[in-house]
Amino acid sequence: MKKAAKKNWYDYLYIASAIYLFLGLFNILFAWLGMLCFTIPLIISFKTGTKTYCNKYCGRGQLFNLLGKKLKLSRNKSMPNWMKSKVFRYGFLLFFLTMFSLMIFNTVLVFNGTRSLSQVVTLLWTFKIPWQWAYHITSAPLWVSQYAFGFYSIMLTSIVLGIITMAMYKPRSWCIYCPMGTMTQLVCVAKESANKTK
Amino acid sequence: MARKIARVDKSLCAACGACQKVCPRGAIYIFKGIYAAVDSNKCIGCSLCAKECPASIISMEKLEVEA
Ligand code: SF4
Ligand code: SF4
Ligand code: SF4
Repeated sequence: MKKAAKKNWYDYLYIASAIYLFLGLFNILFAWLGMLCFTIPLIISFKTGTKTYCNKYCGRGQLFNLLGKKLKLSRNKSMPNWMKSKVFRYGFLLFFLTMFSLMIFNTVLVFNGTRSLSQVVTLLWTFKIPWQWAYHITSAPLWVSQYAFGFYSIMLTSIVLGIITMAMYKPRSWCIYCPMGTMTQLVCVAKESANKTK
Repeated sequence: MARKIARVDKSLCAACGACQKVCPRGAIYIFKGIYAAVDSNKCIGCSLCAKECPASIISMEKLEVEA
């Protein structure tokens, strides 16, 4: 069988994804870097009407591929039908956005002093893991750290979910219900229909 | 003669691009970030994309070609 063609620089972005998760173990403020994975895909889709981020640059998709294919950790089975359905994909996006808003709300509470900084990472929106070792007293305002804890929780949760479905189904199963992927696709659909009606 | 080519169920496609990455012929591409489309002239029916698709929505179909 033919081997894949030569690799490009962006085929190594999984390294960045992996480093990101490690950095959050040492200093939670690094979690802010994850904003790049939120803004870049959307900017690309708004600007170009493509999913180039998913199709080329996303290190997370590459990471799942690496684990599933190279390390053979995937069963390579088809995912159940509900998981690829629009209902689930859009529902998960809504759920995700709701949790994201709650996280922002928490940050605001810390910002205006209603609530104190909680040094935990919440996994799967349920399990609170003490994470104080990654918090160092800095000159950064408390809300900046609160946001970092919240954001890192989201990133870690999605990696965990992604790893579970990578192992159970095909390596990049997460990419089917990934909220970023769904959002960028919706942006592209909207752009295209706007173009048509023009 | 019949040969096989890949066909994508567009309604379920997430446009993730996993199929595009493995195609040895560049025969499958993501159309405007919406779904994957197959160029029937380029597709050799190797079914690599069908195996790769995380949603398993690519099927291999017979294409009737005139001899
Ligand atoms: S669907 Fe999500 S994880 Fe997959 S490539 Fe796109 S942004 Fe990355
Ligand atoms: S791998 Fe499957 S879901 Fe992803 S773009 Fe190709 S056909 Fe669509
Ligand atoms: S069947 Fe093979 S040649 Fe045809 S689109 Fe899929 S990967 Fe490409």
